[in-house]
Order: sequence, then structure tokens, then C-alpha cells
Amino acid sequence: MQEKKLAIIATKGSLDWAYPPFILASTASALGYETEIFFTFYGLQLLKKQLALEVTPLGNPGMPMPMSMDKWFPVMLTALPGMQGMMTSMMKKKMASKGVASLEELRELCQEAEVRLIACQMTVDLFDMPTSEFIDGIEYAGAARFFEFAGESDICLYI
Amino acid sequence: MADFDSELDASGLNCPLPILRAKKTLAPMEVGQVLHIIATDPGSVKDFEAFAKQTGNELMESKEEGGKFHFLIKKA
Repeated sequence: MQEKKLAIIATKGSLDWAYPPFILASTASALGYETEIFFTFYGLQLLKKQLALEVTPLGNPGMPMPMSMDKWFPVMLTALPGMQGMMTSMMKKKMASKGVASLEELRELCQEAEVRLIACQMTVDLFDMPTSEFIDGIEYAGAARFFEFAGESDICLYI
Repeated sequence: MADFDSELDASGLNCPLPILRAKKTLAPMEVGQVLHIIATDPGSVKDFEAFAKQTGNELMESKEEGGKFHFLIKKA
């Protein structure tokens, strides 16, 4: 069986959007895909050693709120200080109680499965991000490097 | 349920962990050996079918018993 290839671009840096790239990449590699994730802009937050990702109810009408909060909370109140932290901790608790893996665990599984993680060099420079804050075993490269792999891929996702 | 060589209890774990753990458990096993997986995630039923189809490992049995899902996978 010839190995299939999956190329993913991860562009978002929130707790909820951090899951799809790592879930899909780890699953794909378990199915025998050769997999690469290119992290750009806010997606670079997913490569930090200390993940400090949050989820926000602000401007997100699709987010299920606990205790029917969305029924009696006007949209504007979701912008209140502390709301984001509260929603983040509630989301993390919910995920743990449902047996959903932590991001750290999924990321580690990806690295174990030899999913290649590539940080966008331009973004690192743009935001003056110290590379010491990133996990080991990643590659720093540009758009051309992404196409080298993506051009040969069977599936290419922009997340 | 037929005989098996290894067992993996993935109860309480959600997608994609049962698949990832199964892959890891199968890795050091010999060709022809059988892995028994126990899971509680209802999505794992379709997922293990898809896993077997795409990796070539044979899904010998898939059943629900006592609120849990049981799979037998033979390593190819």
C-alpha cells in the first residue's frame, strides 16, 4: 500500500481550534499517512512549550454555554472581564470529564508518530517570538517548504 | 469471543485516543496476533471499521456487550 500524505496549515491559536490539527494529524498517522503540519500566525501558539490557550464565547454564537447561560446572558456580557477565563476552565473540565485528550497529550502523540511540525519562520520573526519558548523537534521554514510537501499530498487542509 | 494475545482497555477515552492507543499496542505485536480492544466511545465502532480498512489489519469481531464495545483486530 503506497503511503498517503496529509498536509495541514494551522492558523488559529485558541483552545477549541487547536484540536482539529492535532486530532487529524495523529489519527492520520495511525492510519499510515505521512503527515505534516505547517503552523502560521496564531497557529504558532500551538507549538509553545507552555500552552496558554483559551476559548472565547465572544462573537461565537455556536458555542454551547453551560447551564443555559446563553438564554439569559446578553451577548455583550460575554465581553466582561473574567468571562474568557471562566469559559476556558469550564471547557477544559468538560473535555477531561468526557475523556477527550489534552492538547499536550495529542501533540506528544503526533511527535511520537513522526508527524512533522513546521513553524512559519516569517511569523516567528514578525512577532519576535523567542524560539526557546517552542517545543523541541520542530522545523522552521517558509511557504515554499510547505508546498514541497503539500504539492505531493493527497489531502490538504487549511484550519 | 475468540482467543486473543493482547488486550487494550480504552474505556472512558474519546476520539481519537482509542485508535491511537490501538495502533501503538499493535506495533510491537507479531503478524497474525490478535488484539482485544474494549471501548466506551460509541464513535469507535465506525472508527475501528475504518481503521481496519485503511491499515489492512483485520477486524475479526465487533460487538456491544454490557454497555461496552469490544473489538478483535488481527495484525496484518
